[in-house]
Amino acid sequence: MAALVDTLLQRSLDDLIKSLRSQPTLESSIISRSISEIRREIRSTNPLTKSTALQKLSYLSSLHFLDISWSSFHSLELLPSPSFTFKRLAYLSASLSFHPSSDLLLLATNQLRKDLSPSSPSPVISLALDFLSLTASPDLARDLTPEIHSLLSSPNPSIRTKATATALRIFTRYPDSVRVAFKRLVDNIDSSAAIGVFCELSASDPKPYLPLAPDFYRLLVGSKNNWILIKVLKIFARLAPLEPRLARRIVDPVCEHLRRSNAKSLVLECARTVALSLADYDEAVRLVVEKVGEFLASEDDANLRYLGLHVLSMLGPRHSWAVEMNKELVIKSLCDPDANIRREALLLIMEMLFESNVVDISILLVSFASKSMPNPEFCNDILEAVLSACGRNVYELVMDFDWYVGLLGQMSRNPHCAKGDEIERQLVDIGLRVKDVRPELVCIARDLLIDPTLLGNSSIHRILSAAAWVSGEYAEFSRNPLELLEALLQPRTNLLPTSVSAVYIQAVFKVLTFCFCSYFERLESGHMLSSLGNPIAGTGCQEESDASTVVFGKGDNAAVGNLNNTGAIGCKPDSLSGSVNLDEQFTHASVLRMLNLIETAMVPLSNWGVVEIQDRALSVLCLIHMLQRFQVWNRDEEGLRKDGRVSEFANLMAGVFNQELGPVSANSQKRVSVPDGLILKENLADLTAVIGEEVNVSVSASTSFFHRKHHNGETGEETKILTESTSLLSEHRKRHELYYLPAGKDEAQSNDYPPANDPQLPVSQCGASEDLVELDDQPLLSRHRKPTKPRPVVVKLDDVDVRENSAPESTVDLKDDLLSGAVCDVLLGNEDNKPTKTQKKSAKSQRRKKDRPTYVEPASASQLRESGNLVHVELGSSSSKISRHGHSKEKQSSSQGIEDNEDGSQKNLTNSQHHYRKHKHRQDRDALPNLLPQTPVIQDFLL
Amino acid sequence: MINFVLLISRQGKVRLTKWYSPYSQKERTKVLRELSGVILTRGPKLCNFVEWRGYKVVYRRYASLYFCMCIDPEDNELEVLEIIHHFVEILDRYFGSVCELDLIFNFHKAYYVLDEILIAGELQESSKKTVARLIASQDSLVETAKEQASSISNMIAQATK
Repeated sequence: MAALVDTLLQRSLDDLIKSLRSQPTLESSIISRSISEIRREIRSTNPLTKSTALQKLSYLSSLHFLDISWSSFHSLELLPSPSFTFKRLAYLSASLSFHPSSDLLLLATNQLRKDLSPSSPSPVISLALDFLSLTASPDLARDLTPEIHSLLSSPNPSIRTKATATALRIFTRYPDSVRVAFKRLVDNIDSSAAIGVFCELSASDPKPYLPLAPDFYRLLVGSKNNWILIKVLKIFARLAPLEPRLARRIVDPVCEHLRRSNAKSLVLECARTVALSLADYDEAVRLVVEKVGEFLASEDDANLRYLGLHVLSMLGPRHSWAVEMNKELVIKSLCDPDANIRREALLLIMEMLFESNVVDISILLVSFASKSMPNPEFCNDILEAVLSACGRNVYELVMDFDWYVGLLGQMSRNPHCAKGDEIERQLVDIGLRVKDVRPELVCIARDLLIDPTLLGNSSIHRILSAAAWVSGEYAEFSRNPLELLEALLQPRTNLLPTSVSAVYIQAVFKVLTFCFCSYFERLESGHMLSSLGNPIAGTGCQEESDASTVVFGKGDNAAVGNLNNTGAIGCKPDSLSGSVNLDEQFTHASVLRMLNLIETAMVPLSNWGVVEIQDRALSVLCLIHMLQRFQVWNRDEEGLRKDGRVSEFANLMAGVFNQELGPVSANSQKRVSVPDGLILKENLADLTAVIGEEVNVSVSASTSFFHRKHHNGETGEETKILTESTSLLSEHRKRHELYYLPAGKDEAQSNDYPPANDPQLPVSQCGASEDLVELDDQPLLSRHRKPTKPRPVVVKLDDVDVRENSAPESTVDLKDDLLSGAVCDVLLGNEDNKPTKTQKKSAKSQRRKKDRPTYVEPASASQLRESGNLVHVELGSSSSKISRHGHSKEKQSSSQGIEDNEDGSQKNLTNSQHHYRKHKHRQDRDALPNLLPQTPVIQDFLL
Repeated sequence: MINFVLLISRQGKVRLTKWYSPYSQKERTKVLRELSGVILTRGPKLCNFVEWRGYKVVYRRYASLYFCMCIDPEDNELEVLEIIHHFVEILDRYFGSVCELDLIFNFHKAYYVLDEILIAGELQESSKKTVARLIASQDSLVETAKEQASSISNMIAQATK
């Protein structure tokens, strides 16, 4: 009685839905209340109450995304219900709550077996099959293989279809089932479900399905069902690369479909098949390109434009002319309103990048990105694509680095540019790797640094940091170091984040060092000249420098004034940069002025709140004070020259930065061999105390700023006790020798371990390390334009090569392996592997064949059989494999006969299928006279 | 192969989900959130394909509902668009000009229809008539079962159990 009351008072699904819809704000509370109701109701013994509870739960799971895995047991309870209503609800909620990994699934095995038995009503079978196809676990697959096997030949076509589709899941979860059920699957090969299964199976390993090629070919030629044709084409796209003769055979039918079909999906599939595996056949490719052109030109269908680009990018690598032909449409697609189409077009263009066109295309894209882009996201996509394409494999596409560095500069000026990190990396990387480009690089960096407007854009601060580093490190290439200093010290630099400011100050330090070192060098050489008895040259030099002193004397005040005022120095580069000649720049007065300028700028920074900046600013100030302490400054050049201390100091300072920096390989640390006598401890805990003072030492995987940081740290310490700078440095080096990279050749030889980053290192010394001069061993492909000027040397490190060369090992899934092995066994009758099983099976199939009624074979079947036998006779002596195959063929053709026989009983067959069949018959009749020429066709497939 | 089918309303509410590849509950929620974010924001007249985590999602909007199917990268997008349309036509025929409310109140029927069209992520029946007939036969089974269950003798038997 209580059960009846429960049933009567239970809220129905409709009630639940209505209450949820009427109060959308209270949704969560309604859900939690009804869940607690359901938890109570679901335990009821009354199937009606239980099923309603499960139904409500299914609703909540499906539309409100509740986790209902806890209810899976209750749906199992309802599964055996004799009432179809409850069964259907139980299966629905089970399919929502179960997962192939659920433990409870095993409990369902028996019920599924019962429901899958051929005597159950077909709706029940189809429910069970649906459920099994979703949740088949290896155990379930193993236990239910016999049921699936028998259902594969069910008289009901819809059950057969479902069983076929479920067989795929059974095969993949439990590969041994292939040995039992695969033949029946081959029997059903004409159905779209079976073709779908073969299509899925061949995706992981197509090879075992080669023997079925004649059947697929028959469908390709004969079928009128587009769904089937698409799948068959997919299968052929995978099979054709394995067997060249197959490709030759299918070209014509594929072209035929391309020409004839009105269905765009079929045309698309044909085009893909051609692009994937028939790219050698010019006629087919031309046809595809024509169709793709139509696709691309369809104004009103974005789908076709997208897919056209897609197919084109599949064709592109082999047939660049195809892209060339549709070039305008592709470029036009870059402005498409659809972001996906734009991206596809960009991808396509980037794939077509070769040495010969990289310059043109990159310029086109970068200018495209900078002008008129209403869409910053895509603009950055373009920049990223260009950056990654040009930077690929250590800039292998770039022949002219001067141009590329200029392009990087242009990208930086793009107002939407958000690729600062990558541009920064490349600027520094190129500086380190490519010696020849440094002058141009410094020039580009100067242009970037000098522009005060760029400082306002926070996304390119990283680029400015790289520019500052480059111009500091390679200050010797700067045409006008004084101008550079002014750019580095301009007032708007206070907009920079501290990390970048620190790099700026460090760059100032380097430029300053370079300036006065070269100034003293000039003085020395001038002195030498005059002392050699060449007074004319000496005075000439003197006069010259006097003249420029006057010039700079004028500019001096103006520039300092500028600095103190608004500081639009960048806008007036002419304030100082009158001369280009380095010698003329470094006059007594100009160097003095430079010292003043730097001092003025550094004083406020020396009180800065951030230690990074304060530290560096103090270092610079320290150096300046040191220089100013030489009283001779205030006298003249002659006095300066005579002061030995000054030149000695200049030499010391010049030594600080003269070490060449190179790129660091990511695995350089590994190659450092342990010196004799050094015992490496397993437990490094007691090293923490040492590490405490060793902040500088960091192992960086990237090439970017590793060295620089190192240097910064050193010099920061050093300059405080400036006169001993180099001695301290060497002391430090002695103490922590292991952490230093070698300075030069001499040291490299004295050290025990091979240096990681020395570009001059001979190959013999360190086997793995190679310096690749790209040009020498590069095969000149036809697409490569002869370079107008030689490509500069790009320093490459071994790890890059290793990474490129070692293609990832193709790891075949064990399951796949098992599966395709089993399929091979079945199709080729590999007797060695499973003798007992296969024999048993063949006996079984013999028996099965006997049971079949006799019938009049249609022409195609006999033809097929004949061809099969033909092969049998021809090749049978050489291998038992083929004979077995011929056998399967025979069986398959007989099954087809049965289907034809049953045609009458299957009144429910659809119109289209009817058409298809009719057509097939007609074709068969047509095919009859051509029997003789056609037989070798099929034999061709059978290897 | 179709990995999953989603029906999402324009407001981002889920109307139907069917997972042919195993996804955990957590992954499912994530997938839904990601995809509805991507698809609902796309304007009209754009292409019906979205690349997502290495898969392709084919979607199409019918009235206020987005029908989405996630397929493998090598699958045929246009074919899947046809499958979606096929599904919608069958729903339309079954419910008689289907609307979103039909799919809410009869969510289970939408599942039954889908189960007759797709199985294991593949199209099983390309004929609308056949699907209609199969579902009709199931429904008639349900009707007879209901009649039996609601007969008075049955209720008495239940009550006195």
